[in-house]
Amino acid sequence: MALIFKRPESLTEKPFHYCPGCTHGIIHRIVAQVIDELGVRENTVGICPVGCAVFAFEYFNVDMIQAAHGRAPAVATGVKRSLPDRVVFTYQGDGDLAAIGTAETIHAAARGEKITAIFVNNAIYGMTGGQMAPTTLLGQKTTTTPFGRDKERNGLPLRVAEMLSTVDGAAYVARVSVHNPGNAVKAKQAVKKAFECQIRGDGFSIVEVLSTCPTNWGLSPVEALKWLEENMLPHYPLGEFKMPAGEASAC
Amino acid sequence: MPKTLMKGNEAFGEGAIKAGCRIFFGYPITPQSEIPHFLAERLPELGGVYLQAESEVSAINMVYGAAAAGHRVLTSSSSPGISLMQEGISYLVGSELPCVIVNVMRGGPGLGNIAPAQGDYFQAVKGGGHGDYHTVVLAPASVQEIIELTKLAFDLADEYRNPVIVVGDGILGQMMEPVDLAETEEPRLIEKPWATTGLRGRKQRNIVNSMCIVPEANERFNLTLAAKYQKMKEREQRWEAYHLESAEYVLVASGTVARIGKAVVDRARSEGLAVGLIRPITLWPFPETPFANAEDVKVYVVLELNLGQMVEDVRLVVNGRTAVYFYGRPGGVVPTVREVYEELLKVVGVK
Repeated sequence: MALIFKRPESLTEKPFHYCPGCTHGIIHRIVAQVIDELGVRENTVGICPVGCAVFAFEYFNVDMIQAAHGRAPAVATGVKRSLPDRVVFTYQGDGDLAAIGTAETIHAAARGEKITAIFVNNAIYGMTGGQMAPTTLLGQKTTTTPFGRDKERNGLPLRVAEMLSTVDGAAYVARVSVHNPGNAVKAKQAVKKAFECQIRGDGFSIVEVLSTCPTNWGLSPVEALKWLEENMLPHYPLGEFKMPAGEASAC
Repeated sequence: MPKTLMKGNEAFGEGAIKAGCRIFFGYPITPQSEIPHFLAERLPELGGVYLQAESEVSAINMVYGAAAAGHRVLTSSSSPGISLMQEGISYLVGSELPCVIVNVMRGGPGLGNIAPAQGDYFQAVKGGGHGDYHTVVLAPASVQEIIELTKLAFDLADEYRNPVIVVGDGILGQMMEPVDLAETEEPRLIEKPWATTGLRGRKQRNIVNSMCIVPEANERFNLTLAAKYQKMKEREQRWEAYHLESAEYVLVASGTVARIGKAVVDRARSEGLAVGLIRPITLWPFPETPFANAEDVKVYVVLELNLGQMVEDVRLVVNGRTAVYFYGRPGGVVPTVREVYEELLKVVGVK
């Protein structure tokens, strides 16, 4: 019988610790599939964040570094500058990449560091107990916005992909989602393009992936997918915001 | 080989190059600027990497990445910038990554000034960042010694898989002295089978990580660090003894202020006073041995460019057996030989 589905070699056998319905698992698989397909598993170094994906070093079957909160792009810079022929990626959440690590992110992009950032945006801090993130939507209830995010009190949500698309050193910037199979397929295409962009030496590449957090959103897994589609997509439109010249659109 | 006139800050860079370090990350701050100036020119010539980060926070994390990738790597800064690096230093220790950090200390607290000071002694020797740890701390007192100790710092960092801090101050960094650049022994470059370089045929994945979520496991890890620190204490204490023979009054000073102390010893000896000096070269591990053998000593006079920090370590070592007197000038002021000599006379009781 033909084998049509298996665990990518770039994932370990360790079961994910993620909550039921969380889409981190899908995103991990997509990244692992891309590393397999590009044949770079033995040449890749991954950097994991602080937050829900802090244990990513147990799941990606490549050499891995655990970084301080928000510092993954700087750590990745240190690896890539000292080992320029390796493939280096970061895997970061919205608190990590878009709050405490904003400077590291923008300047890694501005320098055109040849690294790939996988940016998981679920509009909330998961690991620490559902606090407001820089990406939390207006009106969204979190443990630190119990009455809903208010513009005057809490400020407005940050659109990272749009912001980074204005940075000259960023070669590939896309926002994708994994809330249904069709979008997951497009997400994989974007992640692959981002890694290819790095391998060609085009510059910094980032894929923002909209993701669910049923536990901290207080929704069932199915409701969470629906909530993402109805609430996150209008504020965080999907698409490729920046591409190297001559590239065809993936999304 | 004829001697070369070199600035202290450049000597930090020269020592790193002699150690085989080819990678530097940093962020501009006075009074250490000539270190990045020097390396921005020299490292590209040698095929290395010089990169100016967007902050000291980023710089120390770039160091973390290059160290994880198995390279000898340097960063340098001055007091406020070193404060910003403390998070990263704690992670470097927690992940057992070797690197060298130069702190050309200036007057604080806060923005303070750019004058020479030793106000970061506690920060350097007591850990500095969060958690329970030490770094080796080396304190050169001449431009030649800056080269030698910076080179040594890389060997110690690799040997113990721990960051090593080299502290100077605004005077050491800015002054020029003739140095001998003759090639000494080759750097002790060792294999780093733990480095995250990509598998490349290696069967076992390498993981660089400071997280240890189970308390009992983290306790075991902390105890392995403790064993490492004990080994450092046993093997790495370094100091210079200056006229300790039958000394009744012993100055204790490091770095720039030790040079002033030596001039005070010379003057005191010429006037018949039995005065000597202990210059700790490793601030951590603190050199305990010279204090154990000084039976004739009546008073230790600790000289510092701060409000009294190393004096606490001297008191811990002496443990009440001998009187300890402190004279310090904080905030970026450097005492003259005459001022220190007059303090000494007060202690000796000579009018």
